[in-house]
Amino acid sequence: MLGYYLDLALRSLKRNRALTALMVLAIALGIGASMTMLTVLRLMTADPLPGRSAQLYYPQIDPQGKDGFTADGDPPDQLDWIDAMNLLHARRGARQAAMVHGQVVVRPPQGEGRAFFASARYTSADFFAMFGVPFLHGNGWSADDDARRARVAVLSRGLADKLYGADRAVGQDLRLGKDTFRVIGVIDRWNPQPHFYDVSVGSYQDSEDVFLPLETAIGLKQSTYGSMSCWGNMPDDGDMTKSDCVWLQFWVRLDTPAQAKDYREFLVHYSEQQKALGRFQRPPNVRLRDVMGWLDYNHVVPGSVQLQTLLALGFLLVCLINTVALLLVKFLRRGGELSVRRALGASRRAVFVQLLTESGLVGLAGGALGLLLSLGGLWLLRQQPSEYAGLAHADVPMLLGTLALAITATLAAAVFPAWRACCLSPARLLKIQ
Amino acid sequence: MHPIIAALKHHKTAVVLVALEIALTCAIVTNALFIIGDRVAGMHVVTGVADDELVWAMSSGLRENATPESVASLAAADMAALRAMPGVKSVAQVNTLPLARRHSWGTCLQLKPGEDKQDSLCTVRIYAGTPGALETMGVRLAQGRGFLPQDFQAWSLFDDKPPPPSVLVSRALAERAWPGQNPIGKPLYFGDKGKYVAHVVGVVDHLLNPDLEANGHGGWNMFIPVTAVAGGMYVMRVDPALRDAVSRDLPAVLDRVDDQRIVTGNEVYARTVADYFHDDRALIWLLLSVVGCLLALTALGVVGLSSFWVQQRTRQIGIRRAIGATRGDILRYFQAENFLIVSLGIAIGSLGAVGLNLWLMKRYELAHMPPAWLGAGALVLWALGQLAALGPALRAAAVPPVVATRSV
Repeated sequence: MLGYYLDLALRSLKRNRALTALMVLAIALGIGASMTMLTVLRLMTADPLPGRSAQLYYPQIDPQGKDGFTADGDPPDQLDWIDAMNLLHARRGARQAAMVHGQVVVRPPQGEGRAFFASARYTSADFFAMFGVPFLHGNGWSADDDARRARVAVLSRGLADKLYGADRAVGQDLRLGKDTFRVIGVIDRWNPQPHFYDVSVGSYQDSEDVFLPLETAIGLKQSTYGSMSCWGNMPDDGDMTKSDCVWLQFWVRLDTPAQAKDYREFLVHYSEQQKALGRFQRPPNVRLRDVMGWLDYNHVVPGSVQLQTLLALGFLLVCLINTVALLLVKFLRRGGELSVRRALGASRRAVFVQLLTESGLVGLAGGALGLLLSLGGLWLLRQQPSEYAGLAHADVPMLLGTLALAITATLAAAVFPAWRACCLSPARLLKIQ
Repeated sequence: MHPIIAALKHHKTAVVLVALEIALTCAIVTNALFIIGDRVAGMHVVTGVADDELVWAMSSGLRENATPESVASLAAADMAALRAMPGVKSVAQVNTLPLARRHSWGTCLQLKPGEDKQDSLCTVRIYAGTPGALETMGVRLAQGRGFLPQDFQAWSLFDDKPPPPSVLVSRALAERAWPGQNPIGKPLYFGDKGKYVAHVVGVVDHLLNPDLEANGHGGWNMFIPVTAVAGGMYVMRVDPALRDAVSRDLPAVLDRVDDQRIVTGNEVYARTVADYFHDDRALIWLLLSVVGCLLALTALGVVGLSSFWVQQRTRQIGIRRAIGATRGDILRYFQAENFLIVSLGIAIGSLGAVGLNLWLMKRYELAHMPPAWLGAGALVLWALGQLAALGPALRAAAVPPVVATRSV
């Protein structure tokens, strides 16, 4: 029966090519625009570390002075040096790491080429295990290395390749500005998106090329980079470890909800203790968000992307209403033909299914063309200099989603016109003819 | 009841569908046109410098034992080398340029010294430039004098020490600080509790800020004469025909002076200005293409439906022609019918457009849409509807009266 319906559908679609082309084009445009934006939005709101993110938490406490205090204010987004070190050494989580973004001057080994800037992350030992960073060669450093300010470094695969060849990098000397470090590990491809662990340098930054122990890097005054917020006085010598400024990020792994609850209590207790010591001025004000909560709190998806997605969906809606109108016209025009079929014994259901088959074909063609259009749209987005341009690529869910959306949308649009066409009274139409 | 309305009552579904489509198109197109207009207006700026004749470069030294003296002598050597390049007319050091979006220095100024913050102006952007900077950038003075050699002093916003005594202010800042008065000779107070003072010696005709974000005060800035700008940029006034060549050859020239450096930025200034508005341009093109597609779709939908109606009513048209209606009557009938449907769509769509604008204002801090844009959107859709209906209406007008006598 389906073969017969398809045959009828193809004949009917061929009869009025302009109208068919118009419907296919309308669906393709709507689907192309919305799938482009939905794909980007899906990749931008993706879980950066699937399987791990639910156990990772970002603590916030409020070390600021009395000035500007409001009872319902949020604590700062980052930690100062003393609190970061205290939380790190308290070891209340399964794993924890303090970190900050940095910029280092890489001097290639023995006069090969020019010095250049590389992005760096100064962090503590647990960073690699906590985030599940895959190593190509070697390993990260230990808490012991942190404590004795060891001059060791971990490189990204790309930078290791550029400097030494990735396979030869471990054990080599790495000159960063005036200091020399020993390379102890090379990270395989690892680039969680969004750049959840530090959104202050940009939500969709690539992961860094050089990783150094935090206390070593700060002790050597390697330059840090990122947002900083201060409330008290800055020391004249620029020693940030003594400043009243928040500039460090801190992550902790807590395996169960009970541990998360305990950790929150620990943060409150810690704040009270620091207030008793006179360091904190404000009443305890703590937050403990998991990865997705933290991304949500920071509004990592730019408003412009949300707006463009809404625009695309609005566009799709207009396309669908247009399709409903055109299908209605098309089906009602064929009242005569449908009446003949009804008069010869076809049931209403049979006519209805046949009309839906015809619409499904239109949807399939529109979806195929829409897929091409959205691939073009993603290509266009990749050419833009925006920081999320790299995320705009097609994947399997997007390909399947496009076709599914196109066919579903078209069928939904066809139900009403097809129903109207079925309800025509055959006798009346045949009489007029 | 008017026959057009009576006839439309027989096609409620189709009328509602088309009106709905027009309403949605109207809501989206009106807001899109408004955003486009807003962005186009925002992009139309005058920097106040010689856009087409500037090239800039930034370099970061790698020497560990650098002293202020060695940095200064290196900067002098760099500038001498750049000045010797073919096509370069003059060179100076500045902290930033209009719309350069980097090294933007901002501070609050007080009109009176002391604790009282009532009179403070926030945020005022600061341009710092070495001798020749004004002339190199092409900044025009509206009043007062430029800098004298003794005006230039060692200073930076991040030093806690008195600024050079003579400064220039932009006309916009002068009008805000001393409305209706002569700004020449007026004092401005810097630093904590306004402990440092500088005096205005001249007014810059117009100079745009390094970025346009600062609360819409696109032109509150001052120009401070300094002897060196740590971490600043070299700006060159060049022959426009040679600017690309200068920008291309410049890293090698700087390297010949000292190769222990990284040239961190180097661009023809006209491109810097164009890049500043890249996102706006991308958005405008996106919106324009969406508006274009929407209007085309809506038009085709109207054409499809009108053709259907014309076909369906061929007999009735024939009868009307046979009992005396002219071609013009038939044409006007279909155009009027279209006008009615489109007007219904516009009425719903305008409400939708206002609602959408209010929601966008709340959610994305877009500006309030003046009602004139509703009129613009309505005009576009009326014109579109009339044009789309014209083809089918002409076909209807061409129906001969004899059709009335045929069975189909």
